[in-house]
Amino acid sequence: MKCAEFLNELTNYLDGALDARTKSELEDHLAWCHNCYVVCDTTRKTIEIYRNQELYELPEDLRGRLQTAIMSKCSAHKKSGPQKV
Amino acid sequence: MSAIQPNVQQPVSEEMELVRRAKRSDDKAFEELVRRYDRNVFRIAQHITQNREDAEDVVQDAFLKAYGNLAQFQEQSKFYTWLVRIAVNEALMRLRRRRPERMVSLDEDVKTEDDSLPREVADWSPNPEQMYNQGELRDILTRTIQGLPAGFRTVFVLRDVEGLSTEETAQALELSIPAVKSRLLRARLQLRERLSRYFQKRASGDGEKSSGDGDQ
Repeated sequence: MKCAEFLNELTNYLDGALDARTKSELEDHLAWCHNCYVVCDTTRKTIEIYRNQELYELPEDLRGRLQTAIMSKCSAHKKSGPQKV
Repeated sequence: MSAIQPNVQQPVSEEMELVRRAKRSDDKAFEELVRRYDRNVFRIAQHITQNREDAEDVVQDAFLKAYGNLAQFQEQSKFYTWLVRIAVNEALMRLRRRRPERMVSLDEDVKTEDDSLPREVADWSPNPEQMYNQGELRDILTRTIQGLPAGFRTVFVLRDVEGLSTEETAQALELSIPAVKSRLLRARLQLRERLSRYFQKRASGDGEKSSGDGDQ
């Protein structure tokens, strides 16, 4: 496997979506190509760090206000009868 | 190396029961759906609009729209996927309103392939969590993802942050699976490239923490 082929398969590899043969070829490539190993490892870390950090948490007070507003609007919508929202 | 797995895993049958009760005008059931997904919708909306007020509006409008159109939900996908589709459309509409000078679309990214080719190939060391405090790290991550084109950002957020499967992401964005995979690869590689400027091992140990990555 060449570096360009590795790059094409990287997303499938990280998502566990490769067949056994391609996965084995890719891992053979990673064993000797340090650059591709680093790209693979740091891409996986990129995904993990974004998943772990939860950048935009919804504060509980705002969450409560939004839930109240949503249910109040839904109730008004129901009373006013079916219409396009 | 373990695979990146979806992180939203509710039993479909239990959730579909809630949806059916909501369809029969049981507002308590709909309220439970709101509580179940409001945090997710808020995160998605803020990632796309990059604006807190817009994100709050998107949360309200998306749930109200879902409520008003529940009868049209055919139950051929998860409720959450259907809700995300509504929320993404609302968020993109607001982004377009704020940035009328820029064409904002999920198809905007069709430029060259070169923008995703790896250039920075140094290891990250030490671990970014050890290198920066929580506030600094969040600031770096926020600025970095905000620099991605909206089309890439949206696919990355749905697939990798919210944990939708590739198929669900394709459904939610009305894209083909190859289109999702292509955007996801380029989004991941571009983020990796930009983060490497902060996180890569520094031979000089000069402690430089910011290189200005040319975010839009």
